[in-house]
Amino acid sequence: MAIVTLFGVAVVVFLLLRVAPGDPVAMMIAPGASAHDIAELRARYGLDQPFLVQFGIWLDGILHGNFGTSISLRRNVLELLTERLPATLELAIVACAIAVLLGGATAIAGTLIRRTRGEAMIDAVNGLMLAVPDFVWALAFVLVLGVLWPVLPLSGRSDPSVDAALSTHFYLFESLITGRFGIARDTAAHMVMPALALALPLAAVIIRILKEALSEAMVQDYVLVARVKGMTELRLVAGEALRNAVGPTLALTGVQFTFLIGGTVIVERIFAYPGIGSMAIDAVINRDLPLIQGLVLVFGALFVLINLAIDAGVAALNPRLRHG
Amino acid sequence: MAEALLDAPSPIATSRHADRNRIRALLAQPKVVFAGGFILFLIMLAVFAPLIAPRDPLEQDLLAGTLPPMGFTGAEPGFLLGTDDLGRDVLSRLIFGTRIALIVAFVASALAALLGTLLGLFAGYFRGATDAAVSRLVEIWMAFPPVLLSILVVAIMGAGVGSVIAAIAIIDWTRFARVVRTETMAQAQADYVVAARVLGFGRLAILFREVLPNVAPVLLALLTLEMGIAVIVEAILSFVGLSVSSDTPTWGGMIAQGRQIIHQAWWVFAAPLAALFATVLAFNQVGDGLRRALDPVMQR
Amino acid sequence: MTAPLLSVSHLSAVSSRDGEGAILRDVSLSVARGEVHGIVGESGAGKSTIVKAILGILPGGIRLTGGAIALEGRDLLALDPDARRHVLGAEVALIPQDPLTALNPGRRIGGQLTDGMRLWRGLSGKAAEDRALALLHDVQMREPARVMRAYPHELSGGMRQRVLIAAAFALDPKLVIADEPTTALDVTVQKQILRLIRSLQEQHGTGVIFVTHNLGVVAQICDRATLLYMGRVMEQEATATLLERPRHPYTRALIAACPRYDRPGQDLTPIPADVIAACRAEIASLDPGEASHG
Repeated sequence: MAIVTLFGVAVVVFLLLRVAPGDPVAMMIAPGASAHDIAELRARYGLDQPFLVQFGIWLDGILHGNFGTSISLRRNVLELLTERLPATLELAIVACAIAVLLGGATAIAGTLIRRTRGEAMIDAVNGLMLAVPDFVWALAFVLVLGVLWPVLPLSGRSDPSVDAALSTHFYLFESLITGRFGIARDTAAHMVMPALALALPLAAVIIRILKEALSEAMVQDYVLVARVKGMTELRLVAGEALRNAVGPTLALTGVQFTFLIGGTVIVERIFAYPGIGSMAIDAVINRDLPLIQGLVLVFGALFVLINLAIDAGVAALNPRLRHG
Repeated sequence: MAEALLDAPSPIATSRHADRNRIRALLAQPKVVFAGGFILFLIMLAVFAPLIAPRDPLEQDLLAGTLPPMGFTGAEPGFLLGTDDLGRDVLSRLIFGTRIALIVAFVASALAALLGTLLGLFAGYFRGATDAAVSRLVEIWMAFPPVLLSILVVAIMGAGVGSVIAAIAIIDWTRFARVVRTETMAQAQADYVVAARVLGFGRLAILFREVLPNVAPVLLALLTLEMGIAVIVEAILSFVGLSVSSDTPTWGGMIAQGRQIIHQAWWVFAAPLAALFATVLAFNQVGDGLRRALDPVMQR
Repeated sequence: MTAPLLSVSHLSAVSSRDGEGAILRDVSLSVARGEVHGIVGESGAGKSTIVKAILGILPGGIRLTGGAIALEGRDLLALDPDARRHVLGAEVALIPQDPLTALNPGRRIGGQLTDGMRLWRGLSGKAAEDRALALLHDVQMREPARVMRAYPHELSGGMRQRVLIAAAFALDPKLVIADEPTTALDVTVQKQILRLIRSLQEQHGTGVIFVTHNLGVVAQICDRATLLYMGRVMEQEATATLLERPRHPYTRALIAACPRYDRPGQDLTPIPADVIAACRAEIASLDPGEASHG
């Protein structure tokens, strides 16, 4: 099923790109080049072949690990992708973690103080947060934390020397594991704003849905019985109720995690963070077909994987589904 | 015979009384009144921009470059929100930017709603192969990063308001399709649909005369939400330079330009950002209020 | 004369929802150590309100307007919530009404059984598990080890109720409150459960408050009983006396209303309207100006 979706994605993007006006080759050729040179370049990139042949060639290439060469960056697409994917993955993982922790803690706190003014305040702030997309958060952070009160770096991922110091492209994870905390701190500082921009919309949704699920669980009989046993309020919310609230919450918020990945396209661009997202916009503007195809395939694969993970998670959390 | 029955009033016509109550419930929420008022204010700004804006948004005055807004040292009267590096009045550009934002918001969301609702209705009502096809399509569509897809569409169609609107409609129809499909499936089981069928109404007639009106409330709430999203997508597209030509002021374009000079003139960046935020918030609050007023379960 | 285990004195409660209607009217009862005390009455008589007041879990819409509740002489209402949690957690247990909803569907039985032990007796790991297995054995559960690892939805209604009973007696509490524990069960299972509760109670010497609307259950298991109508105590007696020589007309009517299986063909006799009227008049005369409730 997932494969079909991915295949569909590949077909759609392939179609769209061939329909596009604007000759990618003409963009990268030096002015004054002869028609012969243009034709040669076109042949080199296989753009003179009929559509189906092109698709077949590309598909065959993919299955053998050959994603082609980027027209605008003149490098192997697969190389480009593997170089920059870890940065995006790190960013996404950190953002998800922030969203889950922040969202979870706030939802639990809101449930602990339910039917008080504090809860009403949480609801009000949450309502405002829900309206703000990652794009706006990112720009707001640029303004506030980058300019008006400059405490965080505005762009990039790290000091250029870092790349030489580490063996993988997972700067944050590797530096934490190997104990190079200076590098870790620097990398993290660069990650804070983009990660927050991505995390806050997701956190807002989690708060809304989890809090409602928790409130629903708290009026169930088993919570009353547990209360009589003498459990503290915190244990009731975070122990008894949370267990039954997480599954439905995950089912309803699952799709938001894919939005987070999609958001990297613009957020990385705003912070010049060198992941796969920041390559995407330029790739489209430059009509870099191989690169665009590669990027869309990678994003599509990520989306499909996330959806599978969510489905598996929801099933695992429901004891009735697990044991039948 | 059935044709004659088609002219009869629908068995489940919503009573005027219920509608009045809903409107009352809607307007009883202060946030809806404020937000709705703000949107009306924006519409006014957009329509009467040439009359309201103090200056020509394209007029450059290099002698009056990077002036701060009123209240800061160095400000000059006549430039309420200051000027950018080319001496253009920020406030006037902001007001004219409302035009693009609202045109895109209303038209794009309507198109997305139209496309998505049709597909959702068909999928939810006819089930079977239709549903499988539409659902598969939605799944594939949602596997694209929305921003990427919108940029792709605009790049293909060439820059301009039309492409932006088309891009938004092409990307966000899935939002409507999913909700309408679920709602339709729920409604299709209802007794009144079975009753209509027994009476001999054609399937399409039932779909549009019976099911659609009951799906409408959810649709309306989603529509206002979509308007907010459309404004954002347009802003993103003009931020990357893919929207209208650089002559017409857009909020996204202003943000992008402001970003270049953010350390010297942060207000050029901040003003359109604030306008964007306020507008999206307003649409969001109205949509939220609609949802609460129209959903009997939510009414506490 | 030893102090009673539990003493409820002149307890009154109102519902702050529908115009301060009275829910409990000057209710007093006492339970001695090792006594099984039934609280009987129809729906809405106030039985569960008394129980919730004792356990400190009154819903937000119900407010106590007077009276005291003492456990072994200690005033429960005067305690702050945390202190009350400590006292009640270890010494008072609840057997809830609906075994389906009273167990957390997301947790295994074993964990739910050992909650109290880990909270109040400092047991953990193997020790708690062993004790839980012993408890399951006490309630005559077949395959206790399998039940420990199971989730609630894998057990039958009767099995779930046994688990709840086991959990109630787990900490050897001084008082167990059984809130209509057989109502949600099949008739064939009811008798087993009643016998089980009685035998455990005798074994541990626990005091039991047994809430029910069924006089038959009272006859089977209770030493003494309090009969409630509209929040007021109509009669309070040793069971034998209550059933054989009832004093209050309501009690007599209630007994007469029980279906008699030894007299087939006889029509059922509902409680006569004049008896109801007399009860209401009695209540109204004691609280003038009170809106009638129920």
